[in-house]
Formats: sequence, C-alpha cells, structure tokens
Amino acid sequence: MMEEPKEPPKAAEGGETPKPAAEGSKAAAPPGKPAAASPKPPAPAGGAAVPPAKPAAPPAKPPAPAAKAPVKPEPWSSPLLDELQKRFPGAIREAVIFRKMPSLTVSKESLLALGQFLKSDEGGAYTLLTDETAVDYPKREKRFDVIYHVYSFQRNDRLRLKVLVGEGEKVPSVTGIWPTSNWLEREVFDMFGVVYEGHPDLKRILLPDEWTGHPLRKDYDILRQDDAWVEANLNIKSGQ
Amino acid sequence: MLENAFNVVMAHPLLLAVIKILIVFAVLSGIVAYLVYMERKVLAFMQARLGPMRVGPWGLLQPIADGLKLLLKEDIIPAGADKFVFLLAPAISVLAAFTVFAVIPFAGNFYISDINIGLLFILGVSSLGIYGIILGGWSSNSHYPLLGALRSSAQLVSYEVAAGMALVGVLLISNSLSMVEIVNRQQQMGVWNVFLQPLAFVIYVIAAVAETNRNPFDLPEAESELTAGFHTEYSGFRFALYFMAEYTNMVLVSCIAVTLFLGGWLRPFSSVHALDFLRWAPPVSLVGAAVFILWLGLQSRVPLERYFFVALALGCVAVGVIISYPLILNAVQGIFWFGVKVLAFLYAFIWYRATFPRYRYDQLMNVGWRWMIPLALANLIVTAVVRYLLSAHTPASPVAWLLR
Amino acid sequence: MAETTYLDANELVINMGPQHPATHGVLRVKLNLDGERVMGSECVIGYLHRGVEKIAENRTYAQFAPYTDRMDYVAAVTNGMGYVEAVEKLLGVEIPSRAQYTRMILAELQRIASHLLWLGTHALDLGAMTPVFYTFREREEILKILEKYCGARLTTHAFRIGGLQYDLYDGFEREVVAFCDYFMPKIDEYEQLLTTNRIWVNRTRKIGVLSGEDAIAMGVTGPVLRGSGVKWDIRKAQPYEAYDQVEFDIPIGEHGDTYDRYLVRVQEMRQAVRIIRQCVERLAPGPIFGKVGKVIKPPVGEVYHSIEAPKGELGYFVVSDGSTNPYRVRVRPPSLINLQAFDMMARGHLVADIVAIIGTLDIVLGEVDR
Repeated sequence: MMEEPKEPPKAAEGGETPKPAAEGSKAAAPPGKPAAASPKPPAPAGGAAVPPAKPAAPPAKPPAPAAKAPVKPEPWSSPLLDELQKRFPGAIREAVIFRKMPSLTVSKESLLALGQFLKSDEGGAYTLLTDETAVDYPKREKRFDVIYHVYSFQRNDRLRLKVLVGEGEKVPSVTGIWPTSNWLEREVFDMFGVVYEGHPDLKRILLPDEWTGHPLRKDYDILRQDDAWVEANLNIKSGQ
Repeated sequence: MLENAFNVVMAHPLLLAVIKILIVFAVLSGIVAYLVYMERKVLAFMQARLGPMRVGPWGLLQPIADGLKLLLKEDIIPAGADKFVFLLAPAISVLAAFTVFAVIPFAGNFYISDINIGLLFILGVSSLGIYGIILGGWSSNSHYPLLGALRSSAQLVSYEVAAGMALVGVLLISNSLSMVEIVNRQQQMGVWNVFLQPLAFVIYVIAAVAETNRNPFDLPEAESELTAGFHTEYSGFRFALYFMAEYTNMVLVSCIAVTLFLGGWLRPFSSVHALDFLRWAPPVSLVGAAVFILWLGLQSRVPLERYFFVALALGCVAVGVIISYPLILNAVQGIFWFGVKVLAFLYAFIWYRATFPRYRYDQLMNVGWRWMIPLALANLIVTAVVRYLLSAHTPASPVAWLLR
Repeated sequence: MAETTYLDANELVINMGPQHPATHGVLRVKLNLDGERVMGSECVIGYLHRGVEKIAENRTYAQFAPYTDRMDYVAAVTNGMGYVEAVEKLLGVEIPSRAQYTRMILAELQRIASHLLWLGTHALDLGAMTPVFYTFREREEILKILEKYCGARLTTHAFRIGGLQYDLYDGFEREVVAFCDYFMPKIDEYEQLLTTNRIWVNRTRKIGVLSGEDAIAMGVTGPVLRGSGVKWDIRKAQPYEAYDQVEFDIPIGEHGDTYDRYLVRVQEMRQAVRIIRQCVERLAPGPIFGKVGKVIKPPVGEVYHSIEAPKGELGYFVVSDGSTNPYRVRVRPPSLINLQAFDMMARGHLVADIVAIIGTLDIVLGEVDR
C-alpha cells in the first residue's frame, strides 16, 4: 500500500503507449473546445459533460496511435478575463481552460477584492461557492494550491480560482464573501494545515481537536496516525 | 364447626373486597400485558408487517418473554440520581393507576366499591400519577428526562382541567358522583350520556389521549426528540413499572369514558326489548373467535402450533357453551359489554398512534388552552342552563334558584 | 418568533447525539437551550471520518470507484456515477447512448430510493410512525432491481469508468416500467397521510425557513435550495449523460420551510418516474462501453464535475498527474454543505423542531464525514 504512490510516476513515464485510443481521441478534442468556449464563457446549457468534438475522432485514431502532445490546458481568453485583467492588473498569474472549465491562478493579495468583484453583478454574479479545497505539491516552492469553485446562476457558468500558498503562509479567508467557506476552510485547515486569516472559528472539523498532523498532505503516509492521541483516547496501542 | 368458621370468615366485611381486588389486579395485569401485544399486532397490520411472531404461536407468548426479560435485567441507578426518589417514582405512577380501578364498575354486580364521590376519587388519585413522572424525571439528574418531565407535567395539568370540566357536564345530568349511579341513571333515561353530551365526550377523549401520553400527544417520551423522555435513565423492572402504568392508564381512561359516556356495562339499546337476542352475543362471539383461531391454526405448518390453536379454539367453544347456561349468561352480560366497549376504545388509541404525527409542545398547549378549555367551559354553561330550564322544580326566577 | 430577552443563567446546554435516534447517524449537535427554545447550536462532525480522499490517492482510478459508494450509502448509484463521469471527463471519452440511459434509469431509481428513505425517517422523527414502513416497502422494490442488475443492494458500484460492466438483464425494462406503474399511486398514498394532515402541516410550516439568498450564501444545493424557491437543477443547467434529451420539470417551493422541502422532494419522485419512463423508451440495443483502455491513465490536468445527487450538488474534483493513480480527489459532499445551514435554520426554534430541521436537510453522515 505504501509503495503504490511511488510506482505510478514510473509507469507514467514508460507507459505512454498502452492507451493509444484514449490519447488519440483526446488529442483531437481540444482544438474544438477552446474555440467553442472562448468567445463566451457562459456555456449555454448544452453538452457540458460531453466533449462535442468526439464523434469524429475515434474511427480514425485507433490504427494511428499518434504520438502527439497529450491534451493540455489551453490559454483562456474571454471578456471576463479581459475585464479582470483591466481591473486587477497583475492579479491573475495564469488563465487556462481545460475540459471547458476555465481556471484562474490569482495572487493571494488580490483574492478578496477579486472575489468580491466576481460576486457582484458586473463581475458575473458568481454568488455560489460550490467548493473550496486544496492540493498539496510538496516539491514546489509554494506547496499548496487553494482552490475555489464558484458558480454563477446568472451566466450558468463555473469558474475555478487558484491561490498558491507556501508552508506557514496565511490565506485571506473568503467567509466574508461566501459564507459557505466557513466549514470548507476548516476542513482545508484540518487536512492540509493551511491557515486562514480572518476566519471566525478556525479549528479542526473532521479530526479530533487535539490531533497532530494534516493527513491530506503528501508527506503524511496513508498508514500514519497520531499514535499518542489514539493511545490516550481509545486505550489501544494502534488503530491499525 | 368447619361450616361455622366458613360462615364467620365469609361474613368478614374485608374478605369479599380482598378477593375482588385480587381478581381485578390479576386480570388487569394480564390485560395490560396483552394490550402491549395487541398494540404491536394492530400497528403491525396497519403498517404492512406481521409484528411479533417468534415467541409462541403468532407471538402469543411475547408479553411473557418481555416481562421476564425486564424482570431479569439489571436495575441501573445513575450515579448522580437522587436514589430514594428515583426508586420511589415508578411505584407512585403504577400505584396511582391501579388504585383508581377500585371505583370502576365493571358490571352492575361487579365492582370493588361504590363510593358516593367515585368520580372525585378518580380525578384525585389519577392526578397523583403525574408525581411519578415528575419525580422520576427530576431525580434522574439528567437533561432529557428533566425536559420530558417538564413537558409531561405541563401537559397533564392543562389537559386535566379540560377533562375535568367535560366530566362536570356528565355530573349535571346524572345528579351523582357515584360511578354505579351514573350508569344506572343512563339506564333510566334510556340513552347514553354520549348523546346528551357529545362535545364533552370528544373533549374527554382528546384529553384522555393527552393524559396518557399517547400519540399524537406523546411528547414527554418523544423518542426522536428526547430519546425516551422521563424514563430515559430507567431500566429493568422500574422501566417496566412505568410501561405498565402507561398502559394501565390507557385501560383506565377507556373505562372511565365507557362508564360515563357509553353506558358502562349496559348493552346497546338496553331498553329496547326487541333486541333482547343480543344477550346471546357473548357465547356467539366466543364461537366466532374459535372459528377464527381454528382458521389461523390451520394455516400454520408447525404441528405443535396447530395443536395449540385447535386446543384454544376448543377452549373458546367450551367456555361459550358454559356461559350459554342462562344463569351464567345473565351474570356475564355486564362484564362482556363493558369489555367490548373498552376494547373498542383501546383499539382507537392504537389507531391514533398509527395515523398521526406528533404535536409540538407549544401547539399542544395551544390546543389545550385555546380550544379544549373554552369549549369545555361553554359546554358546561350550556348544560347547566338547559338543565335548569328543563328542571321540574324550576323556581320562579333564576335568582331565586341560585339563592335557594 | 417573538422577541424575548433571556437570561444567560437559564441556558441549558444539551448534547444531541452522537447517539441519538433522530440525528440520522453520528451527528452531534450541541444545543444551547432556554427552556425548550434553541438559542444557538454547534454541529460536531467527523465521527465517521475514514479519509476517503486520502484513500483515493493510493488507489488507481478504477479501484477508487467502489469507495465512492460508501460515502452517501443510501444513494450509492449516483455517488458512483458522479465519480466515473468526472474521470470520463478527465479522459475525454464519450460513453454510448445505451450506457447513458441505463445510468439515468438507475440513478433516478436511486433518487427515488433515497427520497423514500428520507420521507420515511423524516415522518418518523415527527412522530408519524406509519409512513416509514410504506416507504421502505417501495424502496425494497428498487433495491431488488438494483440487486438484480449488479448484485448489490446498497453499495452497488453499478458503473465503470467508460460505461457499464454488465448489460441489462432480460426483463429489466419490463420490471422498471412495472415499478413505475406500481409506484405512482403509492406517492398519492403518502401524500394522503401527510400533505393535508393538520398536525404535519403545523409541524413543518414555517419551520427552518431558509430564504433563497441565504440558501445561496450558505452554498446549499439540491432539494433544499429548490425548496427555497431557486429553480436550479444541474440536470437542467449543465446536463450530463442524456438529461438534455428528456423532459421533466423542476419543482420548487415558495417559502423555503420544511413543508416546502417536503413537497419538493415528493414532486421530485414523480419527476424521476417521468424521466425513467422516457429513458426506458429510448433504451436501444448497442454498445455499453466507451473507448477506454484497460489501464486508465488520464492526461495531466484537473477537472471538476458535478451531478445532481438526491441530496444536492455532488461534485468531484479530480487532479491527474498523468499516472494511474489520481493525484487528488476532492469530493464536494452535498450533505456537509447543506448541514452548515443548520445553525441558521435552527435558531429560535424548539427542540422538537430540531429533529424536523435535521430531517429536512436530508444528511447522510457517511458523506458528511467521508
């Protein structure tokens, strides 16, 4: 179980060939997608789940396992992005679109202002924060991606915001903008140890308050646990 | 010599009473145990399931198994409880419930005592039962029981008022507080009080459901809110006592309602002689029951169960034959009709439970204080006025009547 | 609620759960009471935390699929569906129409089953003990169909990444239609017991009111959001599978109270039957598996995919580093986020209403805690 995480990367490097069909179809898909999505990010309620460019691809691909570049996030362009860049110069580090979902990497400092704007009517009324979470990349200088998924009822559109955070850095809490984030930020704090600034009640949510360690970090092994806590509270040597 | 002693003993004023008490107590305990069985079965059939089926044929021995289980269970007393009160409380509840049966006339010729303040006695003693609940909830020294006890006391106090006032209406037409006299009066008038006091009857039934903490007024023990209400901390036999008190109270309020409103032991249309054939109802219904039991038994694939059912059916027929003997037939008339009416009432209790959601505390109080009590009062006033106007000895003026 | 001043000294702190009959699992609610009135509350969760998201990082894409069933264990089919669709989106594959309709049929059946379980227990919490037996009787029929299809009743793992593992069994269509015919009158039966029952109406009207704005601010989704009058259903707004090919209505409430949410869910069951009937009609023979290789190795990237689960928006955020294991799987559990609105809804109500509010949120603790 413990070995597994190490193995896949190897497989990834040597295993470009085993899946020609899927690769090929993906290669065919992206060119159509940004074109369809870029003029207007609010995708009309159509086939959000199903890549439209697909049907043409499969018959041609299987025989020719094209060793083309794999599908990659494409740069995103849209009126909203232009507007954002005008209003918040330098705030947006990166704007890409992948599988029809635009993703903005935002500087930590401008997160609150940008969120406030996105929530307002001129910014697209992204009033619903569907999810807030984090991803850990321990080798990066700023190891955490804190990720916000926002949704606009008005434009029927989803947007992903990303903030890069280093160990020990504080992220401004968005509870003032989207109250939903209260528990979600507690969960991110619980699981990753990302500390939020301005959160009303930042404490662990799923794990016991006295637990040490943040389990969803990549350096926290799946078998690891807080043995001291387990012994003190459950009267057993180990939970395994 | 022996005969002499027998006569002396028989002449002792307490003897007959003690025998009657023992009979009533034994029968009542059995009825209460099987009332639980009946409730589970009736509910089950209303809810598309079978109910107890494992202990004995058709689960008939379930009440005994339950009783044994409760008796043998450990009697847990919470550490922080007020021990003396905690132990005493369930006894108060069950004692109060059983004591009231002393003045219930089960038949014209079968009652423990007929005191001239019977109804007052009932109201007084049955209200004592609430102490058992309050003290039990309080002495548990725990939150849920306390909330349950609070709800219970508030509920009982408010509904007692409505029920009492509804009963006063009956008193006005019966001219007596004696339970036997009230039934006799209904016989003389040739009409049951329910037709003279329909509103009082409805109010009493609702209040009775509330007083027995039954659905839809079962807030004091609302499982989904207060786990088990006032008896959360009770276990084993003490829990069984509470349980018994609740079901005894159910039987009790049914008995009171039957006596006061539905003619007690009188058979329907007792003054219509054309319907005298109804006196054959006891043996006929026993034979009917025998047929039903036989039918049930024949469906069973277990030989032992079949024998049991056949024996039971034969027993029913035998008893039916015995009570067909004219003298005995006359003797069981009263108790039979009384029993049938009480059973119908109990069935309704169970029926409510299967049908209604639970009231909320404040809504319950609203119903009690805003509807039941004013209605009962209005009923009382109207009854009094009508009674005055119809009275044969009407004095010249109401003032004179009041000053009399 | 009338404005009243309360003395702090009278406040009673009561612990509801984790072992309590009405908390639907191991939810613990700390209530500050004044008499029976709730002055404040705090939900304590995590008693069922199993680290599902961590497990995902240590499993291959296909291996993780059965774990999703264990989150919302009363709606395993939709849970699995959300995950496989998210991975399919990451892979960029399209699945054949037969598989799509099969998924929709089973998902809608699961929606009915989930709502039935909710209806029965919700009524039971409010003291009506009979509906639960009726709803479980009907739910049983659905579970039988699921069992016949994939061998499991609860944790079904019904779908695979790329389509279906098994084609439908003979007579599936007939059985599903027979169920629909049998089920529609049963909904009327439940409604007869509850919809116009005065006690039921008294117990649920104006209880746990959540305005549309509050609902959106708290991120509430699913029937709870629709009960507050927001006409939003992911099946319509951003259709997945073939939901854009079928006709159905989105029932919404007016007042955002417990009664409206009850009506919305009952109506949703009717709409689900409608969807199922259309899907059965369109079920044509054909392939059931899309173009997915034996080893699932998506390109580097991130996708967020959400579906309309019975309890609300169920989202999966999957990050791929190009290997066979997901780099990160985040589940957006509707129950957790809906539960967050609990405190707002509970303040000022009585203890008896707390069970109504917990019930109306329709939470499953397996999903809240993951």
